[in-house]
Amino acid sequence: MQTKRMTFTSRWLPYVLLAPQVIITLIFFVWPASQALWQSMLRQDPFGLRTTFVWFRNFERLFADPNYLASMKTTAIFAVGTTLLSLSLSLLFAVMVNRMIRSRDLYTTFLVWPYAVAPAVAGVLWWFIFNPSVGILPYMLEMLGYDWNHRLHAGDAMALVILAAAWKQISYNFLFFLAGLQSIPQSLIEAAAIDGAGRTKRFWTIIFPLLSPTTFFLMVVNIVYAMFDTFGVIHATTAGGPAQATNILVYKVYRDGFIGNNLGSSAAQSVILMGIVIVLTVVQFRWIERRVNY
Amino acid sequence: MARIVMEALSKVYPGGVQAVSDVSLDIADGEMIVLVGPSGCGKSTLLRMVAGLERISSGTLSIGDRVVNDLEPAQRDIAMVFQNYALYPHMTVYNNLAYGLRNQGIARPEIDRRVQEAAGMLQIADYLDRKPRALSGGQRQRVAMGRALVREPAAFLFDEPLSNLDAKLRVQMRVEIRQLQKRLGTTSLYVTHDQLEALTMADRLVVLNGGRIEQVGTPMELYHRPETVFVAGFIGSPAMNMIDMAYLRDRGAAPGTLPTGTDLLGVRPDDLRLGDGDGLVLSGTVALLEPAGAESHVYVALDGSGQVVTVRVPGLPDVTEGGVLTLSAPLSALHPFNSASGRRVQ
Repeated sequence: MQTKRMTFTSRWLPYVLLAPQVIITLIFFVWPASQALWQSMLRQDPFGLRTTFVWFRNFERLFADPNYLASMKTTAIFAVGTTLLSLSLSLLFAVMVNRMIRSRDLYTTFLVWPYAVAPAVAGVLWWFIFNPSVGILPYMLEMLGYDWNHRLHAGDAMALVILAAAWKQISYNFLFFLAGLQSIPQSLIEAAAIDGAGRTKRFWTIIFPLLSPTTFFLMVVNIVYAMFDTFGVIHATTAGGPAQATNILVYKVYRDGFIGNNLGSSAAQSVILMGIVIVLTVVQFRWIERRVNY
Repeated sequence: MARIVMEALSKVYPGGVQAVSDVSLDIADGEMIVLVGPSGCGKSTLLRMVAGLERISSGTLSIGDRVVNDLEPAQRDIAMVFQNYALYPHMTVYNNLAYGLRNQGIARPEIDRRVQEAAGMLQIADYLDRKPRALSGGQRQRVAMGRALVREPAAFLFDEPLSNLDAKLRVQMRVEIRQLQKRLGTTSLYVTHDQLEALTMADRLVVLNGGRIEQVGTPMELYHRPETVFVAGFIGSPAMNMIDMAYLRDRGAAPGTLPTGTDLLGVRPDDLRLGDGDGLVLSGTVALLEPAGAESHVYVALDGSGQVVTVRVPGLPDVTEGGVLTLSAPLSALHPFNSASGRRVQ
């Protein structure tokens, strides 16, 4: 690694240049994060008149609360489901688009569009499609003999939010997979063809292993997305229901804090979430550093 | 072990570009054929058509008495060495060699025997556990060779395999590949743009230009009796001098006994002598003297036209730049051509 040293003529210029980034980080991350940390150790009475410092009591209560543990399990199912679905679908799309020659750009454009749709709008879209009273899909499913009702059935609700969340992420994954596929030298595929590997075998023994750094990166990004960025999707489709069946951790932070007015517990939950993000990021960087060049 | 027969092979790309036109060639079992030509002459396309990586637009290709036009690369019983080696970066050297054999469903002990044998032959036995990125360019080249070798195919196809190596290694690998090919007796098709590589390695040489065969023959045939102006200029270094007959006639220096129709006279730098003599006699001034160790190249600007001809002389000749000089070449060393047809005049 070669590093270039810049010499500034003025002593304060580098600080000024750095300031915008630092200020933004301070205002939008450090300040709220420290507030959350502080609040996670407080307890308020129902009317917000009295606040007590309770050390780690909020955390202790959370880990003893079956609702919270259930929400963790829900989040795990949701995150794994969303990641698997969006990764496999986008890989499939990328492989198919990569095979095209003339229409490649057209399909790429169309496949990237969903990414521009706001999560809440996407949620509403899915809410309409799957609406048990007026939606088109429950109507068709009924003809096949399946009674779809995500307001009553926990399984249906989970399927709906996974589908809606995964759909949003396909565009992003697709672009990375396509770029990854295009960076695999054509001669490798040709060599494998001469070596007697058929289309499927070539994919699983050559292409897929060479894509593994991309796949791993996307896996982490998707898990983080499913755990933290899907508030809008949940809020617009199931609002955590029925009976907490889709109440994932981020949504629970909002429900407990802003609807339940239990600010201390809500803050403690967001601190836990912050811890999870940090762990995921560290894991990702460690792994990518090791594997990026095979 | 196989004979490869090409009958009127052509390749037309969608859009109408004709990369290969009407190529017919009969390659005997065990023969080393080198396809040579400038870039864009269709030599790589022709090789890829034999490999099955490009569809054949028209014509018939058979390998070992079997028409393979519509067969997949894997079914053609060939192995190919790529210019960039195309080693699988995520596999060890051992697995790179074994990959093709596993795909054929060969038993494990047999795979191991063949890989060890090839590794021994190519002196890569110590690197079998390494990944390609931990190897030097020369070692990678050997692994690419090994991958072709273990398959024990009917034919080897080489697509400029030495062009990524440095000059010294290139000469060494050239010799090794040729020795190996002779020992195994496997029919080989070798593509290169390097005419020296072509001359030294080939049993027979195929010179391609613009998708067509210019001439087929042994290296010596092509060197001593080029059938076209293109071959004459392409084979041999420094390139053959081409002298316009009109110039010679103007100066009254045209050699008398040349076939009718000759308007271009080729003479190799080796065949020109410093000093007067029989046959072709030219005069000019020395433009540049280029010593190259065992030999020297003298560039002479001809009187009247200023055209520069190259003369190759052993050692260091006693000439000075700017000095006036007479050159001569015997009649037997002249190559008569017709510039309109581009062909040799019989």
